[in-house]
Amino acid sequence: MTATTVGGAPASAPAAPRAVTTVTWKTVTVLGVVLALYALLLLLAPHDGTARFRLSTDRDLFVLPTLELPALATAWVCAAVALAVVGLAVARTLGGRRVPVWATALFAAALLLGFLAWAAAGSPRDLSVVGLLSGAVVLCVPIVYGALGGVIGERAGVVNIAIEGQLLAGAFTAAIVGSLTNSPWAGLLAAVLASSLVALVLGLFAITYKVNQVIVGVVLNVLVIGLTSFLYSQVLVPGAETLNTTTRFARIPIPFLERIPLVGPVLFNQTIVVYLMFVMVFVVWFALYRTRWGLRVRAVGEHPKAADTVGIDVARTRYRAVLVAGAVAGIGGAFYTVVSINQFNREMTAGAGFIALAAVIFGKWNPVRAALAGLLFGFATNLQNVLSVVGSPVPSQFMLMLPYVVTLLAVAGLVGRSRAPAADGVPYTKE
Amino acid sequence: MSAQTPGPRGPENPLDEALETADPAAEPGLVEELEQERAREREAALDETGDRWRDAFRHVVSGGWVVSVGAIVLAVLAGSIMIVLTDERVQETAGYFFARPADMLAAAGDAVGGAYSALFRGAVYNYQADTFAAGIRPLTQTLTNAAPLIAAGLGVALAFRAGLFNIGGQGQMLVAASAAGWIGFGVTGLPFPLHLLLALVAGVVAGGLWAGIAGLLKARTGAHEVIVTIMLNYVAFYLLSYLLATPGLLQAPGSANPKTPPMQESAVLPPLLGGQFPLHWGFVLSLLAVVLVWWLLNRSSIGFAFRAVGENPKAARVAGIDVPRTTVSVMLVAGALVGLAGVQQVLGTVTTGFSSDIDAGIGFDAITVALLGRSNPWGVLAAGALFGGFRAGGSAMQAAEGIPIEIVLVVQSLIVLFIAAPPLVRAIFRLPQPGTRRRPTPPVRSTATTTEGQA
Repeated sequence: MTATTVGGAPASAPAAPRAVTTVTWKTVTVLGVVLALYALLLLLAPHDGTARFRLSTDRDLFVLPTLELPALATAWVCAAVALAVVGLAVARTLGGRRVPVWATALFAAALLLGFLAWAAAGSPRDLSVVGLLSGAVVLCVPIVYGALGGVIGERAGVVNIAIEGQLLAGAFTAAIVGSLTNSPWAGLLAAVLASSLVALVLGLFAITYKVNQVIVGVVLNVLVIGLTSFLYSQVLVPGAETLNTTTRFARIPIPFLERIPLVGPVLFNQTIVVYLMFVMVFVVWFALYRTRWGLRVRAVGEHPKAADTVGIDVARTRYRAVLVAGAVAGIGGAFYTVVSINQFNREMTAGAGFIALAAVIFGKWNPVRAALAGLLFGFATNLQNVLSVVGSPVPSQFMLMLPYVVTLLAVAGLVGRSRAPAADGVPYTKE
Repeated sequence: MSAQTPGPRGPENPLDEALETADPAAEPGLVEELEQERAREREAALDETGDRWRDAFRHVVSGGWVVSVGAIVLAVLAGSIMIVLTDERVQETAGYFFARPADMLAAAGDAVGGAYSALFRGAVYNYQADTFAAGIRPLTQTLTNAAPLIAAGLGVALAFRAGLFNIGGQGQMLVAASAAGWIGFGVTGLPFPLHLLLALVAGVVAGGLWAGIAGLLKARTGAHEVIVTIMLNYVAFYLLSYLLATPGLLQAPGSANPKTPPMQESAVLPPLLGGQFPLHWGFVLSLLAVVLVWWLLNRSSIGFAFRAVGENPKAARVAGIDVPRTTVSVMLVAGALVGLAGVQQVLGTVTTGFSSDIDAGIGFDAITVALLGRSNPWGVLAAGALFGGFRAGGSAMQAAEGIPIEIVLVVQSLIVLFIAAPPLVRAIFRLPQPGTRRRPTPPVRSTATTTEGQA
């Protein structure tokens, strides 16, 4: 299945350039459908009043005024903006050109603002924008770490379905080691080691024994879920006080920066694991695209035979990449038990690893985009929390569904045919 | 998928077909690729020469089933180690191991023996029961558990064969269960077989359509089916939660619980062996599904298209198969099979009304069942029966010995992992590896074999 529609290639003249068009009506369709649904919502359930957005917290350097917007008017203005974007998209597609990314972003931002205004209209409580954003940053942490691990592994040609298992193994060991030593740092380190161990098993089966990588990944998830749940009931529950009560990382506010309105509380009053996440996104990007190691990893993932020909040890490079990927995912696992809450629970990752996998593909195997996809997911999840505080008219189940629907629409409409690294999932046999 | 066993195939080998129809002028690389692929297959088939007895021995020990038995032995061993390590009495006696080692060994033996005999009593035959009927009841429970596992496993396996990875079993089961359940309790006045049939069809169709969304998105937009099916799981879960929490939809009238009213008598799958056993006609439906999928894959032209797309979409396209359309129809059929599992749960196993956990993890277990069954209908049948037994025995083990049922997950996943890596199992048991060329036979031995061959 190729990504493009190929037209008019005469078989007798292979030298002639083939006309390749990549423009489809997919984006326009999805944008149109979403806008229609939004308009339908406004028409069927008009929800008038004033929507109040609180932009500041008490500790800020200066206080931004609370934004008061007339809900229905704002919602319709936003709809008009979105309609303009759809018009632009139609024009661009007719002209045989792609819909620019900024247009899609503007569309999403407009609809989001309109929706928030509609949902918060007439609520006795202010909608805290700071809470919305900082919650999103916190919720996306394990997904971003997991996605970074996934990107590294897949760039080297090893599909990693076992991100879920790596996160869970990390969370479990971080809980035990963190409780025994009373040090979150020791827990973090243990999580990194445990997750690398899962990665090592993945590597053993996928690289050495050339087992189908999807199979290994799925089975490893089940194995880790089984092991951690078994040990949780047998060991952690009886010895909860010594084995399953961790000390959490404290928030480290960065002086002065944390008091900038809006940005400060969101970005500069977090735990070390969150700061590390920002650094890690950059580090992974730099390592993959600007170092010799990264070039080799990508070579092994795209064309292992060529890499082998120039003297790169394919198996060793893949093993290293998979282990590094496991270590990164392990930090995300530690998030659950030494940052978020102070104990381990059965299957507490609740599918975050699969969301991370979606973020990898959604982000087209690029660390920065994958991290942004993770952030989007965290945002959509937190939207539900914030709206339930304000008292939104939408049933909570639909808000809980939102992140998944957003991912579906994004994957189907905006990302298009994602192209994996060429040798992704293909074991390499040296001839 | 590579889970299929390699070997000489029948005349309907999709490679040959594709090779005949491939146009060398249009795609020069393709013909070469296909030729190489065919040569590789021939090589695998020609790997037996020389001594008949040694070949026979090699065939036996390098055959699939020895690896399967080895994998099960290894997985059960690993399970035993986990039981021993977490057993309280073993831990106590280990404190004075060097003074009286027999104590600890006895405790370990008790723990493991107790666990596995409880597993056997819960899954196959309860030899402690008074009557034969009570004794054989666990086996019928195993088959009851196996029925939806087989149906859902077939759905996953079928998608595998077409090169699609269907992780959406949970969502498809939930949607199918909602549809079948809604007909099952909501429609009144229909006589017995008609009502059941209507609910059955509604559920199967709903499951198929839900999976069809994933197929359509994959075919039309190229969205990765793994993401789409995972996301559809969550969407289905929250959709069902909403339906269950809203009066007038699926929620039982006059109740605040997120649970449906019980099914009507006329929509329930009747018991297969009489009322004293849990086994219902859903098991027969699963058996029929196995035969149907076998026929579909091996004897029908649709199934041929499925397999061709799964083995090589490029070749399939050259052979004139509409790949996007096949993708959609594979997902429709796969979803319908998984939907059958959901229907069995609602109309057979839990007829007193269901909530959003009606899938009972079967959607995910189905993946392991399909992998263990090597995506072959008969293999799925066996794997489903095995896992059904583990489910039944696991709960008995938890009740009798206090061992958490999750150990079953560990043993199951280890079995699949080991079976997927035959070289590892052979290395552990020191069995010969197939495909490795024997050393050139020394002259003395070669005369011996010739005389033996003449005799």
